[in-house]
Amino acid sequence: MESGKSITTQIDTDGVFLPHVKDTGADRVFTITNYVVLGILLLGVIAPLLHVLASSFSSTVAVMSGHVLLWPVDFSLAGYEAVFNYKRVWVGLGNSLFYSVFGTLVNVIMTFLAAYPLARENLPGRKFFTFLFLFTMLFHGGLIPTYLNLQKLGLLDTRWVMILPKSIAIWNLLITITYLRTTIPPEIHDAAQIDGCSDIRYLISIVLPLSKPIIAVIALFYAVQHWNTYFDALIYLRDHGLHPLQIVLREILVLQEVEMGDIDLHEYYKLMGLKELLKYALIVVAAFPILVVYPFVQKYFIKGMMIGSVK
Amino acid sequence: MRKILVGRELMILNHNQQKMFNRVKRHWQLYLLLLLPLVWLIIFQYVPMYGAQIAFKKYIVTKGIAGSPWIGLDNFERFLSSAKFELVMMNTIVLSFYQLIGSFPFPIILALCLNQVRKKAFKKTVQLVTYAPHFISMVVLVGIMIQVFHPRIGLTAFIARMLEVDAPNWMGSRSAFPHVYVGSGLWQNVGFRAIIYLAVLATIDPTLHEAAIVDGANKIQRMWYIDLPGLLPTAVVLLVLQTGRVLNISFEKIYLMQNPINIRVSEVISTYVYKVGLLSPVLDFSYATAIGLLQGVVSLLLIVSVNRLARRLSGHGIW
Repeated sequence: MESGKSITTQIDTDGVFLPHVKDTGADRVFTITNYVVLGILLLGVIAPLLHVLASSFSSTVAVMSGHVLLWPVDFSLAGYEAVFNYKRVWVGLGNSLFYSVFGTLVNVIMTFLAAYPLARENLPGRKFFTFLFLFTMLFHGGLIPTYLNLQKLGLLDTRWVMILPKSIAIWNLLITITYLRTTIPPEIHDAAQIDGCSDIRYLISIVLPLSKPIIAVIALFYAVQHWNTYFDALIYLRDHGLHPLQIVLREILVLQEVEMGDIDLHEYYKLMGLKELLKYALIVVAAFPILVVYPFVQKYFIKGMMIGSVK
Repeated sequence: MRKILVGRELMILNHNQQKMFNRVKRHWQLYLLLLLPLVWLIIFQYVPMYGAQIAFKKYIVTKGIAGSPWIGLDNFERFLSSAKFELVMMNTIVLSFYQLIGSFPFPIILALCLNQVRKKAFKKTVQLVTYAPHFISMVVLVGIMIQVFHPRIGLTAFIARMLEVDAPNWMGSRSAFPHVYVGSGLWQNVGFRAIIYLAVLATIDPTLHEAAIVDGANKIQRMWYIDLPGLLPTAVVLLVLQTGRVLNISFEKIYLMQNPINIRVSEVISTYVYKVGLLSPVLDFSYATAIGLLQGVVSLLLIVSVNRLARRLSGHGIW
């Protein structure tokens, strides 16, 4: 009993156990191994990123001779200069910004319009409507019928095709419904109703202010999705002027199609080097915004995942 | 019908209808809000479902979906008996199951290891770094893979030179393709998937650990006998749920990773549908729709049966 009591005092607030007194040999070996393994994992995850970052700041010669490991060799900004002068990248960037901002706006509004009524227990037909939404998670028309539908609606090769067809992601709808149901006490609604508050007024003056965290979460999910996806643009957009950044990136990084102007044969080697540099710099430019912002917003992603897993 | 009813019956029915009508009427604003999402749902989700009937038709552009002649299961039979069927089906199954099994244990191990780390700064660093790749887009991910695995200037080439072995060309290799596919997925998602396990570990009753410490259990024993069993229910549910999605292999990544060298092992149903339906010189909408529909139906059956299994085994399911 005595020892039991003394041990409980050794437990810190994190729920991690601190047997300061007797760290047995086996435990010490384990702890060291644990740190080593996690350290190797850390290196394994970060090494490719560092390699790309280092290469992007190196010179063409250093890159083409394969001398860059995790640190820039022969520092140069030639790659970034090439990115800066590549017009398609800027057009793509502008389009991606447009799709992300307006798409997310439409997403959040539409998701809320659906989630708020569906979160209300006493709405007649609620189960039926919810099922209509959920069913699309299990089964959908498929690529070709969707394409034919959008063709018929005249949305192909317009900016709308990047915004309208994916207005609501069912997963985000579900976490919004769960949030509304679990965090806003129904008593508030009863009180508001007695005071003669209409449903729309209740949504605007009570539900929305209380929903800021979930709005942040789903807006982030939607924005990242808009920013990162290339599939819809690949299928629905032929006009180069409408292409988002990811399509331009695909051409350069994956298909290796780089517009370098007139190719002078004796400058071929230099151009090849510049092409590689351009790719490294482009990866950094494309991944940079999200990777810089994400440490500050990751808690929202985690929150979103947690709401989603509470069912 | 209503006219046949008389007297009291009619009154009761009318009364019930009236009550229902009142309930609906009281919430008219809610229905108004729901109207726009419902219209969206029908136009962008249910109309394509209706259009999927061309899988059973010979689709003729000028006649439209409704006007094209029915041909029964011809398109399905054509796919099942085609030379591509076995290849595409096998690739889909092999890649998705490999991905499923390969990516399952590592987030659990990472969570268990991280849970034992006492230095907060180190724990935070590992978490921050391992979550990061999750937010990289597929195009950039594959772009990184192409550069890092470049046989001459890549990171692998550098390491191979240090070890004085031949540099591998993983992106241009048929045998390496499945490993590169699964490995890169692991690199991108292991940290993010560990989040949920870490959350579960935080809920494990500390008295279990106290009792184990009193009994002289070391860390590995506590991890094995307390933490791991604590994670098991969550792990089983997640695994089973992922099994249900086994055929819905990610189009985005596979399509980017395809090249003439690995196409024999990398062609899966979704990429094949895209090529038959939208890329080939002779577009065959009906045939491509049939293949897609086949995949959809098999997935649906898998999800339903797997969910039933999960309910029976663990008492949890998605519905």
